[in-house]
Amino acid sequence: MREITYRQALNEALAEEIARDPNVFLMGEEVAEYNGAYKVSQGLLDRFGAERIIDTPISENGFAGLGIGAAMVGLRPIVEFMTFSFSLVAFDQIVNNAPNMLTMSGGQFNIPITFRGPNGPAHQLGATHSHATECFYANVPGLKICTPATPRDAKGLLKTAVRDNNPVLVLECELFYSHKGMVEDDGVDLLVPLGEAEIKRAGSDVTIICYAQTVPMALAAAETLAGEKINAEVLDLRSIKPLDLPAILQSVAKTHRVVIAEQDRPFCGVGAEITYRIQKEIFDELDAPIMRVAQEDVPMPYNERLEQAVLPNAAKIVAAVEKIC
Amino acid sequence: MPAPEQRDEVEMLATMLLIRRFEERASQQYQAQKIGGFCHLYIGQEAVVTGAVAATRPDDYLITAYRDHAHALARGTSADACMAELFGKATGCSRGLGGSMHYFDKANHMYGGHAIVGAHVPLAAGMAFAAKYRKEDRVTLCFFGDGAINQGGFHEALNLAGLFKLPVIFICENNFFAMGTSVKRSTSLQHIVDRAEGYDMQAEIVDGMNFREVRDKLGEIIASIRKEPHPAFVEARTYRYRGHSMSDPASYRTKEELEKYRLDDPITRLRAQLTREGKLTNEQFDKMDKKAKEQALASVKFAGESAEPPLDKLYDYTYADAVEAGVSPARKASSGRKR
Repeated sequence: MREITYRQALNEALAEEIARDPNVFLMGEEVAEYNGAYKVSQGLLDRFGAERIIDTPISENGFAGLGIGAAMVGLRPIVEFMTFSFSLVAFDQIVNNAPNMLTMSGGQFNIPITFRGPNGPAHQLGATHSHATECFYANVPGLKICTPATPRDAKGLLKTAVRDNNPVLVLECELFYSHKGMVEDDGVDLLVPLGEAEIKRAGSDVTIICYAQTVPMALAAAETLAGEKINAEVLDLRSIKPLDLPAILQSVAKTHRVVIAEQDRPFCGVGAEITYRIQKEIFDELDAPIMRVAQEDVPMPYNERLEQAVLPNAAKIVAAVEKIC
Repeated sequence: MPAPEQRDEVEMLATMLLIRRFEERASQQYQAQKIGGFCHLYIGQEAVVTGAVAATRPDDYLITAYRDHAHALARGTSADACMAELFGKATGCSRGLGGSMHYFDKANHMYGGHAIVGAHVPLAAGMAFAAKYRKEDRVTLCFFGDGAINQGGFHEALNLAGLFKLPVIFICENNFFAMGTSVKRSTSLQHIVDRAEGYDMQAEIVDGMNFREVRDKLGEIIASIRKEPHPAFVEARTYRYRGHSMSDPASYRTKEELEKYRLDDPITRLRAQLTREGKLTNEQFDKMDKKAKEQALASVKFAGESAEPPLDKLYDYTYADAVEAGVSPARKASSGRKR
């Protein structure tokens, strides 16, 4: 193991998969000559050449569709969105073409494509650039969605996504690109399965379910709560779809109390579905109502103080836990 | 490009007849409520796809919009599989899961059947990209209607194809109506073909009612693309005799206009050319037409007798690994109640 950044972990995953399989290529805005808007693809053009690391015009609908067409005839594209807020321009390709093709063709055409890039609010980017898109896409059968929160998960999930035979969205966190974490040594073929949650902190009194940006918030909240003699378990979903329901139920059956910390908006958000599943499957295990900490239900304001008021944070998670413990 | 042979032309005429007779049967079966959803007929436009297919190799890629029955039949999908798809049966070319607008046939390199107007044009660019990436000399044929040329995806795809010099031919089947709206009321240009100029792309107009003209022009373009990959744009001027879909009486057109095109019928025209040249007798034509009618009728019987797709396979085509969404493949173990 060694310590690397989330950005470097993603870069390694890209390099390893592009080197491993000649059908894999990377395409997106400024991924090649500029080395990526967030430098995730640093050095890949030099190493793999312009045939496999491809700059596109600002045409998300066009190049997302181009990737899907290439996947129909056997390539395995990795398409970068500079942010997933821009993926909305390609929404029709991502929800109508990529996941529907297998069913519409009676099983003849699967679409092995990876869409990746930063997702969710970053810092003072305003309403158009701050979308947490996971709940939009989670509604679409045929898509898989993962949300790595650590360098290790970023590398392992991206590599798995590229090898998956379905359209997979790898929703990264812009604010995490410089975060450091322990990752297996170079040369280890690190694969983190899609659909497997991970307990990031074991506990017994309450389960804090989180993913992506809310994982460090949940861990910080758990530290604060430990001072109040509340031992919180932090369960990182890592994938939104498939959802690791068994892991959720197992943890809740142990703690009997749940707070869901999500980075999206509350109405029809990821936590709404998880809440439904928990009460449906193990209603008797619950000793308190399920709490949710999400964004406020407003378009994201630019003003820093207001933006912070909209976003989930550790203090809000602590407050939610205190209400039910 | 080898000179087209007489045999090919007679065969392609037979294909045009099969398309016409198949769709007449489909129309009848739709009215008899054997077919659900929407059903868009191609009748009148047969020379476009048959002419184009006559100029291609079987391994060239073909993709089209929702008026797709003819494209599958021209590529070699059986009338049985096409009619069964309309009936929603498991024996259909998309196992009854796609319907009229979503025909697919991988074995015959028919890549759909796409029903969001203009959304498949970027897919065509991707298929051509893959051919170039693998250094193959395949050409991608991308068909769409005049309604697609005002969609954003169309423009993005043409720009990408021009920029990356992709081996794709964008074939606009201009039947002069986007659904019920005349091209004059939908498009800023007088000539659709001029769209291509903005993308620095070779562009041609062909008479889409003339099989030979379509085939020969496409043949020239394809030969040039195989030598050196590049995109091209073809506007095939054609006419659909029926409404946009089965529910459209097409009252936005005059009888006189329709009659004018009927007199220029693509099947009649190719038949006359072949007869005049002594390559086809009336008896041969009648025999071919009788066969097409029989095939169409037999396909109705086949579709009617075929089984529905099984209910217990409902989830089998959502993910390639056939794992139900929401259940981790690694942890399918039961959740279990503890108290």
